[in-house]
Amino acid sequence: MKLNYRPILIKTFELVLLVLSFLIIFGPMSSLFLWSIAQKWYWPHPLPQEISFAYWKQALGIEKSLAIGAVSIVPAFFLSLGIAIVTVIIAMALAIPAGYALAKYKIPFGTFVMFLFLMPNAFPQQPIFVNVLQMFTRLGLAGTVPGVIIVHILVGLVFGVWITSATFRSIPPSMEEAARSVGASAPVAFFRITLPLAAPGLLASSVFVFITSLDEFTGTFFVGLPFVHTLPLTLYSSSGYNMQFASVIALILLIPSILFMFLIQRVLKAEYVGGMG
Amino acid sequence: MSELRMENLVARYGKVTALDRLNLTIKDGELVTLLGPSGCGKTTTLRSVSGFLKPDEGNIYIGHRNITDIPPEKRGIGLVFQNYALWPHMTVFQNLAFGLELRKVPLEEIRKKVRSVLSIVKLEGYEDRYPRQLSGGQQQRVALARAIILEPDILLLDEPLSNLDALLREQMRFEIAQIHKRLGITTLYVTHDQTEAMVISDRIVIMKDGKVMQDGRPEEIYLRPTNRFVAGFMGTTTFLEGTVQTIQGDSCMLKTFEGWELRGIACGGVTPGTKASAAVRPEAVEVLYSPIGAVSGKTPAENSFEAEVDSSYFTGEVIDYHFRLGSSFIRVRGDTKRILKPGDKVTVRIDPDRLPIVPAESI
Repeated sequence: MKLNYRPILIKTFELVLLVLSFLIIFGPMSSLFLWSIAQKWYWPHPLPQEISFAYWKQALGIEKSLAIGAVSIVPAFFLSLGIAIVTVIIAMALAIPAGYALAKYKIPFGTFVMFLFLMPNAFPQQPIFVNVLQMFTRLGLAGTVPGVIIVHILVGLVFGVWITSATFRSIPPSMEEAARSVGASAPVAFFRITLPLAAPGLLASSVFVFITSLDEFTGTFFVGLPFVHTLPLTLYSSSGYNMQFASVIALILLIPSILFMFLIQRVLKAEYVGGMG
Repeated sequence: MSELRMENLVARYGKVTALDRLNLTIKDGELVTLLGPSGCGKTTTLRSVSGFLKPDEGNIYIGHRNITDIPPEKRGIGLVFQNYALWPHMTVFQNLAFGLELRKVPLEEIRKKVRSVLSIVKLEGYEDRYPRQLSGGQQQRVALARAIILEPDILLLDEPLSNLDALLREQMRFEIAQIHKRLGITTLYVTHDQTEAMVISDRIVIMKDGKVMQDGRPEEIYLRPTNRFVAGFMGTTTFLEGTVQTIQGDSCMLKTFEGWELRGIACGGVTPGTKASAAVRPEAVEVLYSPIGAVSGKTPAENSFEAEVDSSYFTGEVIDYHFRLGSSFIRVRGDTKRILKPGDKVTVRIDPDRLPIVPAESI
């Protein structure tokens, strides 16, 4: 009997590819993890000579240390989380009606409106936020949490509106029309039919807004400092002095993103099965 | 009394007039089909009646109720869509119950109604399935069930069978016709499939450019078309052109440009001396498999002409021929017992009782 090598070759190739992509994605992160537990790590040793979770304990506020840049990041974490949640709520409250209108009605200059939401991300951010800072200082919003939230909404709204309107566009108008024909008013048809059908897409778009807000640096740096210390800002200020501490924050910042990636994947699968893809 | 009446409907999309003063009445319990090529205004008519499109002019009545300005949900109209439009996040039961729930019908009664309507569309026991677990035909049945469960005054069907495969489509035609007979709902049906229209309709309305071209029973539309458009749209029609010579009662004598005399049925008010077209359908053409001289010498029988086979297409059931008749071509069907080759000379006889002669210029 002749052995068929083809499937074996293909499987081997797949495995190599999988390991490579795993390394590409998680390789840099593994160095982050090593740094976060390295108590003592001098050149030319390939691995830390002494490991401990002291920096994690400091970061989580369990132990106090006098090392430079070593602060408890718990307040910053909850501040970031809070800002991100409020940003998502407000941004989606704006994005859902806007996306629905852009998808369903012929809005004059609709494309222009869509591009307007892209603007905060289409230009170099520093000049934009320097301008915003000037404006916010006049309005008394500089250095305040509401000011930072507004900046995050501006940056995140592009994901909110674009994904939301694409989602609504993918739902055939006959879905709502069928509901109208059996006696549902326009709002009832929207809330009972269109909204549940759009839920996966809306969730995906709020996840993008959430992660954008959690990671937002430039705008927060200009508008929020010196009073609003979000997690990315804390990371920035410690990274210069204390690599271990910065690694801890970086890893903590990754957690919500990874969780949400899993969530998106599940949701998008459900959407595909539902025949909405 | 749920008669559906449209009076002088006008709908424009920018410069395009989709409906041009349309007047149409569908009597109580009647099934009327709107038939026409795409862009003829049939879908616009349907959307005006269902309330998703506001006509620029005109009025729509159900019985004595003017519904022109009433929102879709208050019109009492059942709708069946081409893409079924079942809600994918709801089971069959939830899809059917939705309208009843909105009316605050008690759950026990909803269950009873859902069961009864599922038995009408032959889907007993499918309550807990999701639409994606059903075949196209079953989804269309659920869509039909959803449209009739509220016992609407009017039922509108928008090309409901065009997404189904040919076999299923044929079967569903008869079922829709039967369900209509059983329930007697005034029904407006839109399609571009003439056989479908023939099978299910009490009346067919042929539309073109937002106007009604002809309105009548299926056999009237087919056998007595009143204009060239309808004659050409129904069946596999080829035209022979000429001038009307005499008219006696129903019978019309046409002189073709070759000087041949052709007897047919006067349709659409043709008058002597005007140009007219004879609508030749394959089923009205008899093929006599020998040249004309061999049959009857010098004086050929009425409506018999010599023709030459131009091309032939074998379809299985029959053979589709294109015959050259003087300067014109006609389409003919022959049986497979005797297969003709291009260049063969034959005699054709066109049945005068099945040859409508209509005014030459289309409206």
